[in-house]
Amino acid sequence: MISPETNDSTEHHPEKVNVRILRQDGPGQPSYWERHQVPYEENMNVISVLQRIAAQSATADGRDVSPVSWDCGCLEEVCGSCTMVINGQVRQSCSALVDRLLEEEPSEIELKPMSKFPVIRDLMVDRSRLFRGLERVKAWVPVDSYYDMGAGPRQARSDQEEAYPLSQCMSCGCCLEACPQYQKVEIYRRPGETDEQFEARKNEAYDEAFLGAAPISQAVLFNSHPTGKNAKDERMEALTGPGGIQACGNAQNCVAVCPKEIPLTKSIGKAGRAATVHSIKKLFDR
Amino acid sequence: MANKRVVVVGGGLAGLAATMKLCEQGTPVDLISLTPVKRSHSVCAQGGINSCNDQTRQLGDSEWKHFDDTVYGGDFLQHQAPVKEMAFWAPKVIDLMDRLGVTFNRTQEGFLDRRRFGGTLYKRTAFAGATTGQQLLYALDEQVRRWESQGMVRKFEFWDFLSPILDDSGRCVGAVAQDMVSMQIRSFPADSVIVASGGCGLIYGRSTMSVFCNGSVASRCMNAGAKYANAEFIQVHPTAIPGSDKLRLMSESARGEGGRVWVPRTPQDSRPPRSIPESERYYFLEERYPEYGNLVPRDIATREIFNICVNEGLSVESGRMCVYLDLTHIERKELDRKLGGILEIYEKFQGVDPRDVPMKIFPAVHYSMGGLWVGYNKSSDGGLAAADPTNQMTNIPGLYAIGECDYQYHGANRLGANSLLSCIFSGLFTGPCVSSYMNSQSGSAAELPAELFQGAVAAEEKRHAGLLSNQGGENPYLIHQELGDVMTRAATVVRDNTQLDQAYEKVHDLHNRAMSSSLTDTGAWTNQNVIFTKSLQDMFPIAKAILKGARMRDECRGAHYKPEFEMPSLKSEDPTARRKEASEWCDAFEEKNRKFLKSSIASLEGMHPEITYEDVDTGSIPPRPRLYGLVGADAIEEEWKNRTEKQAVATA
Repeated sequence: MISPETNDSTEHHPEKVNVRILRQDGPGQPSYWERHQVPYEENMNVISVLQRIAAQSATADGRDVSPVSWDCGCLEEVCGSCTMVINGQVRQSCSALVDRLLEEEPSEIELKPMSKFPVIRDLMVDRSRLFRGLERVKAWVPVDSYYDMGAGPRQARSDQEEAYPLSQCMSCGCCLEACPQYQKVEIYRRPGETDEQFEARKNEAYDEAFLGAAPISQAVLFNSHPTGKNAKDERMEALTGPGGIQACGNAQNCVAVCPKEIPLTKSIGKAGRAATVHSIKKLFDR
Repeated sequence: MANKRVVVVGGGLAGLAATMKLCEQGTPVDLISLTPVKRSHSVCAQGGINSCNDQTRQLGDSEWKHFDDTVYGGDFLQHQAPVKEMAFWAPKVIDLMDRLGVTFNRTQEGFLDRRRFGGTLYKRTAFAGATTGQQLLYALDEQVRRWESQGMVRKFEFWDFLSPILDDSGRCVGAVAQDMVSMQIRSFPADSVIVASGGCGLIYGRSTMSVFCNGSVASRCMNAGAKYANAEFIQVHPTAIPGSDKLRLMSESARGEGGRVWVPRTPQDSRPPRSIPESERYYFLEERYPEYGNLVPRDIATREIFNICVNEGLSVESGRMCVYLDLTHIERKELDRKLGGILEIYEKFQGVDPRDVPMKIFPAVHYSMGGLWVGYNKSSDGGLAAADPTNQMTNIPGLYAIGECDYQYHGANRLGANSLLSCIFSGLFTGPCVSSYMNSQSGSAAELPAELFQGAVAAEEKRHAGLLSNQGGENPYLIHQELGDVMTRAATVVRDNTQLDQAYEKVHDLHNRAMSSSLTDTGAWTNQNVIFTKSLQDMFPIAKAILKGARMRDECRGAHYKPEFEMPSLKSEDPTARRKEASEWCDAFEEKNRKFLKSSIASLEGMHPEITYEDVDTGSIPPRPRLYGLVGADAIEEEWKNRTEKQAVATA
């Protein structure tokens, strides 16, 4: 705050940071690379690099351009907003520190939007499919009301310790970007279509496509909750339906890129076993 | 409720709690947010949420004591009825969050675990690791998604609220908002609008707040005539990790779990911190505040850390101010279980493991106690009248404010782990109040003449077009940096009248310059440049209200500290002289309260806020001196006790 930004560090660092950004003006438009250069500062992250770029609004060779669009929020890796592909790896741009990135690749930092979601503009993508996935698996506890009904069910510490890591999922989308089975679904707006019609058509397409690790893991979380499990059958319908658990190819990329180190493959394993049980049960219930 | 709709602006804890409560009562909601609501700033809250509980109750705690701690911690600047209601709801709020599946930490036996937070001697705080805000937000986000799937909620995410719409009688009948992707501006007719837009930390450039917390919603309501109260009360959190884009919070729970703040007794001792022997460490909070130790209220901890670095020259580093926050004496496993989330943040951003090496921290702007002025209706028991339409309503009928963007609950200083409570409580409590208001209104907003809404949209389209064509030459991003620097220097830990006067002039100059910004992007698709410039321009009314409120308040109260007007410690040792001194101290205290135990109320007149004062309702707990650590506190306390007893006899 009041603290001046000087630092005694004598470590060697470059005077300028080179940044190469894959830009796109809008949905369906061609993408193009653009080079930027910002003065190096101590403790910089990709967010502060993008902030400097917005302020100077000119490329490395001095051409005036519009600021690069990107999404960010908390800047401390709990909101999930600022996911992008940095030096070829999907991650949060707030916790991507420039010093570390230059160690990986000293000549420049490369920024690209995620490839599995439709680009809105530049580094901003539309992740509404991810939230739709949470709705598909009914990722909530179906309580009766919000009146005062006393405390919730008592839970063993070990159960809380299983559940807590799963509930830290911030819907950033890293696991989906890394997943070979998760393919981009991009629906373009038709002329004359209302917001509602466009929304409905998007959701229809999303609902046929693979859920991906994050929503599957949320289904597992709520299936394990003492009250949440009352909606287990409905969740299992979604998980065994089109785009459900069977689409997982077990590449295990999801768990490797999760910034919160959520045991996603463990969740997928649990969901898979529950899906088998659910299908057999349905067979006998017929 | 037939044909009635509500617009909720902001989808943090308060906005989501209000939304789900309204849905439960059958009212559909249009939810407008700058970001997908799951990413709202509430996710950043770390430490926990307070309530009196079964365990503390058996140690003498009660809802009343929680109420008392909150009011005393806030230096008596809150109206007491809303605070009382909140404290008495607190256990119920936590029960509800527990039912909604929040992964609160558990004791061995499976009960909710609790920890201690600042400004209290009881372990009131329930927590989910060190990401309690995130966990609470997700639980509410999930409930709102459930209502969304039933068609009761329409979400407008990546939409920017531009203004409330008022009808001829001055009632709020909707909102104008802009799609930040397509840039379309449209109206949302509504029978009531609830703003739950959070704090205004971005006015300070860098703070612990998320990029959405720019205060623009509150400012745009002010522009429509809403009053803004106690702007000058900005909480500076004692412990944050300095960064070039943001000052990242290091939760008070680090101290709640035993973290100790210290500096080497030798200035800028270059030895590794763990090799400095105990006797050469200065645990200044523990020494100066033996009762509360590292858990003194935030305003006090912040001033002490600031003081030890600035005035006593004991900063750990020479080039930059910071002190140690030390957890290295606590077992790793225990730390991971209770503080994992925040320790990972430190490790990730600083590259040092705080389980092995003491953290380096410094204060940062964190929370706005002030906010939109809202009303309340006091019940016969000193709380709030349930479902009364005036609760949480701004001075514009039909326009409500809840959560951090209202001013009701925290007075001059907020206690740790009370913000999550005030947000959820005000959201839940306001739902039925809004319903009562709508029931009392005939007709519905949807039936009002279309011209009213078209006119409101046209006004915003005009502003937007004006910004795109403006060629004033100013760079909005650089103006924002300057604004942040001025505000941080003049209106944080220590305030001084000359400096505040200069800052106001400078900020006014920046305001004018911000109005002549040139945009580098004049496009009509996802134009973040124009959205940012709009929010920058709208930061100024609140920035000015903060400066002016601070300038006019010649006293020290909670987070507002002006050394020139500080109440002195007692000096004499002789008992008689000391008693006399204590008596004079109490006279001065009473005089100060007569003048300044008042909320400042800012209303916008053109480019400047006008400030008036409103008395504070202290009906349940009479104000008493806030004496944490003051020399002579015993004598003052005794004198004050005698005085109040005499007064009680006199009025009986």
